[in-house]
Order: sequence, then C-alpha cells, then structure tokens
Amino acid sequence: MKANIRVKRHDPETMQPGETRWDEFALDLHPQSTVLDALIHVREEEDPSLALRCACRASICGSCGMRVNGEAKLVCKTRLAEIVTDDDPVVIEPMGNQPVIKDLVVSLDPFFDKVRQVGPYLQADSEPKSGEFIASNESMVNLLTAMNCIMCGACVSDCTVLEVDSNFIGPAALAKAWRFVEDPRDDVRSERLQELNDSDGGIWDCTRCFKCVEVCPKDVAPMTRIMELREAAIEDGNTDTPGYRHTNSFTKSVRKNGRLDETRLAVESAGYTNVPRLFDLAEIGLRSLMKGKLPPVSPHKADGKEKITALFDKIDPESKR
Amino acid sequence: MLQHDILIIGAGLAGLRAAVEATAQGLDVAVISKVHPVRSHSNAAQGGINAPLTDRGDDWEGHALDTIKGSDYLADQDAVEIMSREAGDAVIELERMGVIFSRGEDGRLGTRRFGGQLVARTFFVGAITGSAILHVLYEQALKHNLNVYEEWFVSDLIIEDGRCVGVIGLDIKTGEFHAIWAKAVIVASGGAGRVFEPSTNALICTGDGLALAWRAGVPLMDMEMVQYHPTTLARTGILLSEAARGEGAHLLNSDGERFMLRYAPEYEELASRDVVSRSEQTEINEGRGIDGNVMLDMRHLGRDFIEDRLGYLQEVAVEFLGIDLAEQPVPVRPGVHYIMGGIKTDVDGATVVPGLYAAGECANVSVHGANRLGANSLLDTVVFGRRSATHAADFVRTVQHGSGSDEHLTSENERIQSLLDRPDGEGWASVRNYMAEEMTKGIGVFRDEDSMQGARRAIDAVDRRLPNVAVRNKGKVFNTDLIFTLEMEFMADVAKSIVHGALARKESRGAHFRTDLTDRDDTNWLKHTLVYKDDDESDGVRVSTSDVTITNWQPVKRVY
Repeated sequence: MKANIRVKRHDPETMQPGETRWDEFALDLHPQSTVLDALIHVREEEDPSLALRCACRASICGSCGMRVNGEAKLVCKTRLAEIVTDDDPVVIEPMGNQPVIKDLVVSLDPFFDKVRQVGPYLQADSEPKSGEFIASNESMVNLLTAMNCIMCGACVSDCTVLEVDSNFIGPAALAKAWRFVEDPRDDVRSERLQELNDSDGGIWDCTRCFKCVEVCPKDVAPMTRIMELREAAIEDGNTDTPGYRHTNSFTKSVRKNGRLDETRLAVESAGYTNVPRLFDLAEIGLRSLMKGKLPPVSPHKADGKEKITALFDKIDPESKR
Repeated sequence: MLQHDILIIGAGLAGLRAAVEATAQGLDVAVISKVHPVRSHSNAAQGGINAPLTDRGDDWEGHALDTIKGSDYLADQDAVEIMSREAGDAVIELERMGVIFSRGEDGRLGTRRFGGQLVARTFFVGAITGSAILHVLYEQALKHNLNVYEEWFVSDLIIEDGRCVGVIGLDIKTGEFHAIWAKAVIVASGGAGRVFEPSTNALICTGDGLALAWRAGVPLMDMEMVQYHPTTLARTGILLSEAARGEGAHLLNSDGERFMLRYAPEYEELASRDVVSRSEQTEINEGRGIDGNVMLDMRHLGRDFIEDRLGYLQEVAVEFLGIDLAEQPVPVRPGVHYIMGGIKTDVDGATVVPGLYAAGECANVSVHGANRLGANSLLDTVVFGRRSATHAADFVRTVQHGSGSDEHLTSENERIQSLLDRPDGEGWASVRNYMAEEMTKGIGVFRDEDSMQGARRAIDAVDRRLPNVAVRNKGKVFNTDLIFTLEMEFMADVAKSIVHGALARKESRGAHFRTDLTDRDDTNWLKHTLVYKDDDESDGVRVSTSDVTITNWQPVKRVY
C-alpha cells in the first residue's frame, strides 16, 4: 500500500532548541503495516538518523507513544490503512508536554518524576504470617484497569491541564495513585488521599476534558480514576478544599434553584474565610460589572425546579432538607 | 569515576529482582539498561508464573518432574529442584510486593493450567502477567531509590586478570562512552529472538549479554535449543499466549479437526511447546494447514470469559488482525519465542569468569534443557535473579575494585571511532534481515544437516559482510544507527553459537528435532553442548560437551 508520511524532526546537535523541520516520505508498504512499520522502514531504508523509541511491536512495552495526526497514539497499534488518505500525508510528531530530545524521542524524566511523587508502591503495615494477603477477586480485578497502564505517556502528552500547568501530577501518575488507594492490601489509604487532595497539582486540578480517556491506548481511563479519587478523598473527610466547596456549592445551587448560581459558586468555592481570594474575586466581579457581564447576584430560578429538587431527593435522600 | 559494588545489565524481571535483593543486602547497586526498565521485554510474558504451592496440595516434586520431562531430560536436575522448591516463596513474595494476581472465591491466589502440566499451578494476572510483575518490581526499585543507568547501552565488559570488573557503557542521550566499575556484574539482558525472523521478541532482544559473556570466554550452553511457540501471528510473529489453550482454546486444522488429540491424547492442546509446534508444522506440511497456519479457536469460551481472563489477547487480535476472538478463530503458526540455551552458570548464577554472573533468559542454569515449559521463564527470572544477587553479594565482600585505568575506555572509543570512520556502504539492517531469515530456514521446528549447513554458510557470509557495515549516522545524540550496528555484531555471535551447537548435537531432543536423526540418543547425547569463542579455530568457535546432572529422575520415553 502507498502511504505518505510527514515527520517532525529536531536534531539538538545541528538545530536551535525548539527549531524543527518536516521531512516527507513516500512509502510502499505491506497492507497491514502500522505507523511504526512505516517509521522503521524509513529508519532502515531511507534515513538512519531518524530517532524513535520502539521495542515490543505489540502494544505492551509503551515505548512508541507519538502524536499521529495531532493525537497521541501508540504507533505500533495504529494501522496505516485506517488513517491514510489520498490527499494528506500522515503527520507524525513527538508527544506533547514532554521535552524533545531528538526527533520523536522525548524525555521521560518529567513523567517518572510525577510517578515518584505518588509513593508508587504498596505500603502495608504488616504482612500475613504465611502465604499471600487474602483479598476478594473482585477487589483485585478492579485494580486491573489501572494496572493496564504501560506508562507510554499518551495521556500526559495530550493533557490540557499540563499544557498550562506543569505542576499538575497528571493523568498517568494519578491513575497509578488510584491503584494503591483502591488496593485492599495497602494501609496508608488516608495518607495517600490527603496528600493527593492537598498537594499542589493534585486531584482537583483536572478539568475533566476527557482527553486522557480518549487517547489512552490501554483503556485505563485516567480521568475516571481521578474522579474516583476525588470522591474517595471527600468520603475520607478531605472537605477543606476549593474543589470540594465548588462541588458542594454547585450541587446545592442546582438542587435548590434548578440552575447554577455563578456568583455564589465563585465565592463559596474560594471559601468565606479566604480573604485574599475574595479580594481577587471582588476585582473580577467589578470588572465584569463594568462590562455588563456580572451574573445576577440573586439567581434566577428555573421553571419546574421542583422536579429537579425531587430528582436530587430521590438519588440522595439522606441529605434531603 | 562511576563505580558500584554490583552492576546489573538489564532491567527486566531477572535484573530488577537481582537489584532488589542486592539492595536489601546494603550494597551499592546499579542497573544499566538500554531501555527504561518498564520497557523491558519481560512485559511480553502473558500467561503466568508456575509455582507448586504446598499449602494447596501441590508439591515441588510434581513441578520438578514436569519441568524435567518438558526439558526432554536435558535440564540439570539439581537446578530444577532448587527452582521448584523456591517457587512458592518467590510467587508469594511477588504478591506481597504488590502484584495483583488473579484470585479464587476464597480470596487466595487462583491458578490456570499451562502446557506440559496436568496440575493447574500457573499464577497469573489476566494475560499481562509479565507486565504486571515488571511494573511492581519497578515500583520496588523506586521505593529503594535504585540507581538506574536508563538508556545506556553496554558495548563491552571490562576484564582484568581474568576477572570481570565493570563495563563500558554508552549513554544513548549524550553519545558518550563511560567506564563503569563494579566488583561484580550480573548479566540479565534477556533473549536473542531477533537473530530469527519472524520472532515474538521485541526489537531489543538482540542477545547483547550472551555475546558479551561469550567474548569474555564464557561458554554458551545448548544454544541449539530455540523454542518455537505454537501460537504466533504470521508475518509479525506477535505472540498469542499459551493462556488461551490453558483456558480451553482448541487448535484446528483445515478439516476443522482438533489434531492435537492425535498427537497428545492425554495433554491435548497443552502438551509441551516443542510437541505442539511440531504437530502444527506436520499438519501444515501435510497439507492440512490454511496458508501456512492452523487455527486457534476460542469461540466456545464466550465473550465475557475471553475479555475477563484473556483481555490482552483480544486486544491484539482485534488491533492487529481485525479478528474478534469471540466470533472467529485466529490463524497461528509456530514462531521463534525463547532461547533455552545461554550463558553457562551454576545454580548461583556464577560463570567461569570470576565476578561475572548471569540470570534470566540469557543464562542457562540449566532448568529448561531442550524445551521450556510455559510459565517457567518468569519463575526462572525471579528465583535465579535473586540467587545470583545473593551470591554476587558474598563475592564482592571478598574482592577489591578493578584498576580504574583509562585504557579500556580509550580502546573502546578507538574501536567505535574506526567503525564510524568506515567508508559508506551497506547498513546493518540488510545484513540482519538476511541472517535472520536464513537462521529461521536453517534452525527451524524441523532441521537436518543440510538446513543447518545452509545456516552455517549464511553465518559465514555475515562474517564477511560485517566488517564493511557502515554507520551512516555520525551524530552523538540517540544514534541508534550505531547501536543497531553494535547489536548486529552481538547477534552474529549468538547466531554462530546457535548454528554450531545445532550441528554438534547428533540426535533429536526437545526443540532440536532433526529429520535426519529422529531419535533421542541418551547413550551418547545426554549431554550439554558448550560453544566457546576461539579465534584459533577456523570457524572461530570450539564445541565441547558436558554431562547432564541427573538426581532423582532417570530419563524415560517422553509421551504427552
């Protein structure tokens, strides 16, 4: 099969930092070829200086994360036939949010530094006297979603938070953290949750954009894991955070009025005692007011709000007021 | 100066298990690996890890006998005894480190059946057992702040006065070579599947450690014993785990017949791998294949079961072939998967060179003999990874570091420079592809004198071509052209040892099946082949033999 590929190149020895060039290759390959096959063909037959990582060719080692047509993929399991068109070449770039070393090779250091940050190993106070820990199969199988993570970096590459905030622990490391939080053998669950809740760049920094769920080649669904961590953290008593207050205010407002009270949400998320943040908000409020964009201070109520309240009461009768 | 008590080459299961052990002994330990640890090929082990857990009615003798029978009586029985006795503790230890093994109703570890064994004693994590264990061992490495030379390529061992005292390593990111000194070096660099084409192995499985040890004077043992896995995909060689058959999948020929019932009435699809691969190849050769394949059929297992217990297989079948295992059988054929042969060690991982140890697939203890049982490779890595570290730890307390002299690094830099200075010419890839295809033809599921001589001629041709192979990329940073050229030289050494081991063994045993000598010959060949590098010989090799250690189990006819 014919395929044109366009590869983003960077050689640190001959180019300035950040400088790139595009090389295009017209290839004739086996019909079942993958993007990785194409790149290996280029490396072996056309340009031995092309740098990329790859090993297993079977989507288990996690080496070959790259951006293909703008989205992070494992190139070993991206079949060309499914993405090749007559008009445009297949565009291959290094992953995002990670510094490029050469061509398609990025530095793994930021990725693994984040993994280190979550205490990524089982911490059990005591081990059984003999034999294994006893745990239900369900509790173990549950962990497999996260254990499927091969640390390829695709989620980190396309994470929209990391793009603007390199502090964010990020989807992969948080999924790893979830795996220990949910492990019945681990004895530091509360400490883990508190840390993930309190730390700068922790679980509340995710904006729920779904990008990591979309690009993860192993169905780890990191964002879902992060949301589960939030719930677990709240249940474990971590309620003094803007994230929790935001969630709480949001729910309260919709439950009560059938729609969101944006002004109150902003204030309540900050916390009534958070004076510096309230000053910030006052300034934003003032500027919004001058542009006529301040939401109403006393919120409108939705038509039929009783139905919404009834729905809340049904799913959450305990906190019915 | 870079210096450690123990340096471990390779960060797969054997290497990391050794590192955890050596660290626990309070030593200064480092691991050097050409890929990040979690990229290691241990990842690809799918089906599980064998252990006869006595607290659930199994016994080590049963596992040992199955292993020895599987090996076609070529395994050293003292080594197998050690592995079988230590297996239970090794698996429990992995569980306690955090491995998420599948469990039974009672909350204890559950098992599945695997080939060559009638007892279900294979512990597993879905169909990603290797990956799950590798990631947990890497977690342990992080916990202990293990020093890892990540993406460093070892190009040579430093030998002084017959003792191994370090390595020369290339920092792939900078392109600089460095001497790293160590009182002991453990080679845990994995297999050499890339010597063949196709193969289930990763592109990184180039036999580096085998060649390094061989050049240092250590014999490679039973290298003719190359395992063809019965269920691999045509063209790419990608593996579909034995776990499929362990969970009840059938093998069918073009008549839709479960042909294994004829070849192995008792074990059926779960006979040992050499037997199943030969049966498949016979079906194919006799015209009952489908485009050179037989069919692996899982439809009767049901979609939920397949997705729960064999999820990764389904992923591979769908992604790479567009086949849904719950709806369609998948075409498979025997493919190169594992090398039973390797660096000759004793049961503590020690080689004949003081300070040089080996463990895992690159080593030959020997516990797999002429044919490895599925799920014994992971067991081998953790048991002998740990043992090699224990023994190396004792050793390093008795010796001083090497000289620290610059001369090793200087001469390696000169060798590399001369390689880079060669005039433009053929690249490494065409030589490798030629060699690998010829090796697969010559050293196949079935082989004979003619086919093996063909492989020998190919190896000779490779020897002539290699000195002219040009490194066309002259850059420093991530120069994989240079690395692959050095790997090609390693692979050529490994191929040579395989061919000469194969030519020497005048019988059929396990994976070494000669159509011109079809019987096992216990009178003359209950022996290991030992291939030495010897530049005084015309082929550059010398072959000798040594006796197999028999303890409790006398060789008998092998029937499945």
